Amino acid sequence: MRDVRKRFKEHEVLTGVSLTLRRHEVVCLIGASGSGKSTLLRCANLLERIDGGDIELFGQSLLDPRVDPDRVRRHIGMVFQSFNLFPHLSVIDNILLGPVHALKRPRADVRAEALELLGRIGLAARAEDYPDRLSGGQQQRVAIVRSLAMHPALLLLDEVTSALDPTLVGEVLDLLTDLARQGTTMLVATHEMGFARDVAHRVAFLESGRVIEEGPAKDVLDHPREAATRTFLERVR
Amino acid sequence: MSSALDGEPVPPDLFASRRQRLLAGRGGLAASAVSGVVVIGGLAAVFWLAPGGATMRYFFFNPPLMWQSFIGDPAKGFYSVGLGLLTNLWIFAVAEALVLVCGMLLASARLSQSPVLFPFRLLATAYTDVFRGIPILLVIFIIGFGLPELNLGTISSQSPAVYGCAALVISYSAYVAEVYRAGVLSIPHGQLLASRSLGLTHATTMRRVILPQAVRTVIPPLLNDLISLQKDTALVSVLGAIETTRAAQIYGSTVFNFSGYTVAALLFLILTVPMTRFTDHLIARDRARRLAGA
Ligand SMILES: Nc1ncnc2c1ncn2[C@@H]1O[C@H](COP(=O)(O)OP(=O)(O)O)[C@@H](O)[C@H]1O
Ligand SMILES: [Mg+2]
Repeated sequence: MRDVRKRFKEHEVLTGVSLTLRRHEVVCLIGASGSGKSTLLRCANLLERIDGGDIELFGQSLLDPRVDPDRVRRHIGMVFQSFNLFPHLSVIDNILLGPVHALKRPRADVRAEALELLGRIGLAARAEDYPDRLSGGQQQRVAIVRSLAMHPALLLLDEVTSALDPTLVGEVLDLLTDLARQGTTMLVATHEMGFARDVAHRVAFLESGRVIEEGPAKDVLDHPREAATRTFLERVR
Repeated sequence: MSSALDGEPVPPDLFASRRQRLLAGRGGLAASAVSGVVVIGGLAAVFWLAPGGATMRYFFFNPPLMWQSFIGDPAKGFYSVGLGLLTNLWIFAVAEALVLVCGMLLASARLSQSPVLFPFRLLATAYTDVFRGIPILLVIFIIGFGLPELNLGTISSQSPAVYGCAALVISYSAYVAEVYRAGVLSIPHGQLLASRSLGLTHATTMRRVILPQAVRTVIPPLLNDLISLQKDTALVSVLGAIETTRAAQIYGSTVFNFSGYTVAALLFLILTVPMTRFTDHLIARDRARRLAGA
């Protein structure tokens, strides 16, 4: 991502963000509410049209008019703060929707794979349940598995634990930690500083739509160079 | 509270009053039975004992004449109110099918995103604005008296019932389109984001994610509009189509008795009451489901 800008009407939300993710890397995006984290993530998978700058995936500019945004999104998973599972579909059908209807893969193949993924998060027995029968933590883990079933090259996570009961945060963070260990590339907007310190390779601090400070997790979190970063970290602690 | 100051707390009276207990408890059933008899009986008594009660009953609730208007007698110059209902029924059946389809097309046009479809979006918006704003009766007049003037072959040589049906379709499509659109817009934006972020196209998102959820919220208001449509088939009578209301009117002016209107009203009730009950049942079920979810 190079110098990405995004305006809503007159209000410039992203004022020139540059950020690079390498394969197998986990980058945590921190910053106050309203600093533009969610907007940046939505720009990264083209859910928002950007007003300036460029975004590249596999070395290909995504602004190229020949690029099909739907194809791009099939390689980029996204998980939301409010889960956004499809309430009219069972857990297994939530997971199958993308692979079957976007990737056109045979249902039986994907189903076996999806059950295996559900097994890994201990929810294989709940495959036929509807999302509203699950706890928040279970729902969020299903949402993560729904993204994984697409075999994304990159996973975008937007404050995925912020809507959870404190007792349920752990199970979701554990899953993310596992994924990081397996080499999943992730861009994670989060307020969980412990997670950022333990799991992220790099941390980027966003303020007023710009990356103010960026570097190895321990450096940024323990010895921030910028006064703004320091103030923010003192507040969340 | 005084008890806090006195040191010796006085237990407050927590019992419901004797009358409240009587009304709410086992006496409840008896209470509703009594109040039912009083209210309904009272209304009936006003009706029965009013100074003009007998006259009223003679003109509106005259069983032999009600029967006569129901079966009709072309030899005496009046049509059957019962057979007239068949006209209302086919107008309703045809109009309903077309309204559901046209409403869907209009709503899709208004909800479309693609720049190519901009003119359709604009037209659909103008259409729903215009036809929700014009009284249906006027639309019926315009179509029913306007199209024949055009001298356009088949278009200008239809029966009044067909013109009436067309006018109903034109008006109701605008209403139903808005019902569909409201249903789609009631689905949280996150559903759209989640689906598109899986790489599903706009069309697949509509078909697999948004519409299946929207249908559930849309059915009760949709049924309400269809109940209205069923009744509004009576408006077609202004063009001279011999449907139930018109037959009752002819009967009334031939025999100088309005019992035919009562028959027409009863026939409409037979049609609409099952549908209103069914709609209420769906609404109650939906509410129960929402409460269980919350
Ligand atoms: N769709 C939108 N329309 C208008 N303003 C928006 C929209 N989305 C976000 N914003 C604004 O952009 C700013 C950044 O929001 P957001 O990206 O959600 O921040 P964060 O996720 O860091 O809390 C906020 O001021 C918000 O009001
Ligand atoms: Mg946010």
